[in-house]
Parts: sequence; C-alpha cells; structure tokens
Amino acid sequence: MSKFDKKTFSSFFNKLKNVKWKHYIAPIVIAIITIVCGEMSLTDNLKMTYQVMLEKMAIAMILAVSLSLVVGFLGELSLGHAGFMCVGMYMGGKVAAVMVQNAGYGNDNVFVFFLAVLAGGLAAAICGFIIGLPALRLRGDYLAIVTLAFCQIVKTIFINSSAETFGGAIGLWTPRMNRDYMFILAMGLLLITIIAVQNIIRSKHGRAITAIRDSEIAARATGVEVTKYKLLVFVVSSFFAGIAGVLYSYSNAGIVSSVKFDYNYSIEILVMVVLGGMGSINGSLIAAALITYINIELNKYLTGNLAVLQNIIYATILILFVIYNNAPALKDFRERTNPKRLLSKLKTRNKKESSDVRDDEAAWDRVPTKIHMDEILSLDLRIQSNEPEKKMPDDEEKQ
Amino acid sequence: MEKSNKTFSDDVVLKIEDLGIAFGGLKAVQHVSFEVKKNEIYGLIGPNGAGKTTLFNMLTGVYTPTEGTFYLCGEELKGMRQEKISHKGIARTFQNIRLFNNMTVVRNVMVGLSNRPEYRCGFFTSLLRLPKHFKVEKAMLEKAKELLRIFGLDDEKNLACNLPYGKQRKLEIARALATNPRLLLLDEPAAGMNPQETEELVETIRFVRDNFDMTILLIEHDMSLVSKICDELTVLNFGAVLAQGKVDEVLNDPEVIKAYLGDDE
Repeated sequence: MSKFDKKTFSSFFNKLKNVKWKHYIAPIVIAIITIVCGEMSLTDNLKMTYQVMLEKMAIAMILAVSLSLVVGFLGELSLGHAGFMCVGMYMGGKVAAVMVQNAGYGNDNVFVFFLAVLAGGLAAAICGFIIGLPALRLRGDYLAIVTLAFCQIVKTIFINSSAETFGGAIGLWTPRMNRDYMFILAMGLLLITIIAVQNIIRSKHGRAITAIRDSEIAARATGVEVTKYKLLVFVVSSFFAGIAGVLYSYSNAGIVSSVKFDYNYSIEILVMVVLGGMGSINGSLIAAALITYINIELNKYLTGNLAVLQNIIYATILILFVIYNNAPALKDFRERTNPKRLLSKLKTRNKKESSDVRDDEAAWDRVPTKIHMDEILSLDLRIQSNEPEKKMPDDEEKQ
Repeated sequence: MEKSNKTFSDDVVLKIEDLGIAFGGLKAVQHVSFEVKKNEIYGLIGPNGAGKTTLFNMLTGVYTPTEGTFYLCGEELKGMRQEKISHKGIARTFQNIRLFNNMTVVRNVMVGLSNRPEYRCGFFTSLLRLPKHFKVEKAMLEKAKELLRIFGLDDEKNLACNLPYGKQRKLEIARALATNPRLLLLDEPAAGMNPQETEELVETIRFVRDNFDMTILLIEHDMSLVSKICDELTVLNFGAVLAQGKVDEVLNDPEVIKAYLGDDE
C-alpha cells in the first residue's frame, strides 16, 4: 500500500514538473487575490477604495486580455476596442435597468447581473461580426482606421439616442451592485476571460491564429482559413470587451454615458497590451493592473488645477517603461541577472566551449568562399542571380 | 467534369491546359500546358522573369488564371481560394522561405496537420477543453514529431527562425507535407544553399517522392540539381513554353541554350 502511494506521489510530482507554470500562474494568483480580498470584504475589513480599485483593475485586465488576442496573437491593429465596450455597456446596462425597474428584481440580483453580462457580451460580439465582415478584408493601418471610425460612430449614436431608449446625452440609468461583492464577480469574469483566451491560444485554432500573424501567405498556402479565423478572433475579442462594458456599467452605476469611450480610451487599452509585450497574456495583465493603479493614484493626488499634470506624468511614466523595456544596458542587466540563465550557466560550466565556426551548421553563411566556389564549379547558368530574390516577394504579396 | 473524366488517365496528377495570365496588358504567362504524372519529379526552369513563380502562384490560387485551366487528379481547381486548393491537395514551399518564425518547429508542422480530417476538432471543443481536444492534440503532436524525425529535424522546441538555412528549407517541406498533399510544389528549393546542403536536399526530395508516394513539381536554377533528379522538364521563356520533354534532350536544345546564354551573334 505504501509503495503504491509513493509511486502515485512521484508520478504526480513528475506531472507537476512538466506543467507549464507560465499558463497557470495568472489564474492562480488572481484566484488567490479574489479569495483573500473577498473574505476580507465580506467581513467588512476591506476599504471601499480597494474594492473600487480591484473592480477597475479587473475591467482593465479583461479589456487588455481580449485586445491582446487581436493585437498580440492575430497581429492586426484594432483601435475600436472602446467601441465594443461601449456597446456592451449600453446593452447590458439597459437589460439590467429594465429587469430592475420593470420586472421588479433587486439591485443586487446576481441573476440580473449575469443576464446583463450575457446580453452585453453578445451584443458586442454581433457588432464585432458585422464590423469584421467587411473590415477584415483590410489590413494594418486601414483596419485600424475602420475600427477607430466604428468606435466614434457607436459613441455618437448612443449620445444621440432618445431619452427613453438609451438615455441620450444625459446617460443611462443602471442598477448599482453592492460594492462588497461586485469586485468578486468582476474577478470571476476576469478568470473566465483569461482561461478562455488561453484555451483558444493553446489549441489548433490558436496555432492557426499565430500562423496568420507570422505569415499570412504561408498560412493560406498551408490551408489555414484566414478570413474565418480573423473573424473568429474579432468576435471573441469584442465579446469579452462587451463583458467589460457591462462590468463598467455596474461599477460606475447611477448614470453611465458613452463620453468616456473615445479614441483615448482605445489607445489606453492598446498601451496596456503593447506595454505588457505583444503576445504575452501575463504581461498585458500586469500592465493593465499597473496602468490602472497609476491612473487612480494620480487622480487621488492631483486634484483641481493640478489635474492638468496628470497626463504629463502618465505619459512620462509610459515613456520610462518603454525605455526600460528596450534600453540595451538594462536589457543586458536583466539578461545577466536572469536566474534561469545563471542556473544553466552553472550546469554547463564543465562542458567545453562551443566549437569552431566551420563545424557549426548555423554559421555556414559566414563562410563565403564555400558558396563562391560552388557558383563557379556548378553548371549554374543563372544570369543576374540576385534579381529574383528582390523581385518575387512583391510579386507574391500583391495577390 | 465530364470532359475531364474522359481525358484523364489515372496516373496524371496535374494537368495544365493552355494556362495563361495577363496583368493589364502584360501577358506574364501564356499557353502553358503540360502533364505531371504520378510519382514524377517534374522540373520547371527558365531565365529570370520567365513566369515560373507566377505559374506556381496560379496553381496555388494566389492569382486566378485569365485563360486556360488546370486539373488535379481530374478535378478542376481554377478559381478556387488558396485555402481550398491546399485542402484539395496542392502544397507548396516558397522561394524566400516563409515559415511561422515566432512559433516552434513542431508547431509549424502542426499548423499544416490541422486541416486533415482525422484531426478535426471544433472551436468550442477546444474552448471548453472537452476530452476530444486532448485526444486530437496528442495525436497531432505525435504525428508532427514523427514527421520531424523523418526529416532529421530534432530541435523541435526551437523557434523556426533560429534554425540554420538548410533546416528551414527542410521544415518548409515538412510543413507542406503535413497537409497531406497529392502534389508538392517546390519553388527554388536549393536557392542560397551550399553544395553540402544541396546534396542533402537532393536526398530529401528523392526520399519524399519514394516514401510519401509524392508527385513533385519544382522550379530550380541549379542545373546540376535539375539534371540529377528531374524526370521531365519544361522550359519557360517570356511566359511561354520554350521546350518540353526529357531532361537531356531539353538541356541540349539549342533554343534553351540560347535563352540562357544569348545568341552567338
């Protein structure tokens, strides 16, 4: 019996070793934070400022993760993420408002909340689909412009809606959730978002998406249905943006309006993704939390006339971050102090140094005489051998 | 389809009929027709700008031919999208290597595998991590590793862009084969290779033909390679067929030599 226990334990341990912690660390940390803070909050030990901060962070993280699917993994630039969020906010907020005002549910009703989340998410996803159909034939800057225009159109439509439908310029009344557990719900949805996005990326569909990012032509030639996958990513990403919108409507309850969802907000989400590193979910999560924190702190200390300084300080911090990420000296420093590297260095210390260049297959192109000899000796009859390499890529890209 | 059924014998994999394309007034390729038989290595040569890659682009659906048509195993593929043509069984490599650079070697191959019917797995199956997802992923991973082992690509966890040049070529061929094609198009596979790598490539191409039961159409400038492995040749010049037939005959054709080396006068 004891032998059996030992065996299962060791196999379990081996399995743990093989687990890629990179993929699980974020959900685990967030779950722990949620449980700890949730416990504190439900026993009235958590200040309201922290509750609000956690809410805002969760919203920013959902936005960042969903946008990183488009920007980091599909490799397309979308500047309309705030637009999808806006759609979600209004749809979800309206559903919740109708349920509370007309159907007699309470403000705190969790069922209403989830119904609103679903409605907001689906509405945004449908918008993503409708915008995606024509827009995804475009690429790069052109797609960015179309999504930007979408964002502005959505904002304008909701502001000009009648008072009965979406509240128009005054804003939409939405129910208020108890702050004590509002952030727990938000964190829960964040967890779902992260797990869903990671599940998509770490599957054959995710590989197809990253293949499109790396080389669309090669992806097509390998049989990846590019248009289908682009549309899929767009829809999924806008679905989660819509959910973030509903959370926003609950978080800022009372009166919400679309004034906030302008170009700047889209850029802010984009900054989170870029700052966190394209194609890194954990990175964009950290960046989203950090930027939200900085914004909240700046808001707290710079009031009145000093509020002008906010943007300057915010921008300076961003610039410093980007420099830190790319400065060669700092890169060097991080390389040198990387614990993984230090460990592997210790391990390979006894092994001999890497051998001569000529033995290294990767360094063949550094031995020019070889290739030169080949050209002289072979029956190669090509004329102006450099020309096709320059010409053909354009030829293919034209499609 | 009726017509094609009549004119095709079983061993013709690719049949090109009077294929041509014009970009505006420029006729880049015109009146090209030839047949590639099963298990054959067919060479396509010609001076720069002769329209070889354009022909490849038509066969893979990048361009739609403006005249003529082509059949794969009796099925007309003209006008289909690139993805569709890939599903039908034409795979290609590129003149300037186009790998999925930021993905590992094994994932490159897995992208190629993912459209095979045996690895079908819906989006929601993957999203919800149903048992089928794990089964399919495991089968794909094993198949990809097997393919890589066949090609001697042992560094599967490496990023594709970190591979040496010769291995990148091999990986591109492996990725193309992963889509389970009936016809493999190789666009200048030996470009930029040293003699040792070229020698290896010849072995690889022969190996692919024999072990994968593959039919290969290749563009090449390296005449030693062409004369070594090709069974038949077509020479293009200014978008039109200059000569066609067995390798020795074609390479000794005075017209071909003239096209490559110029006139005596």
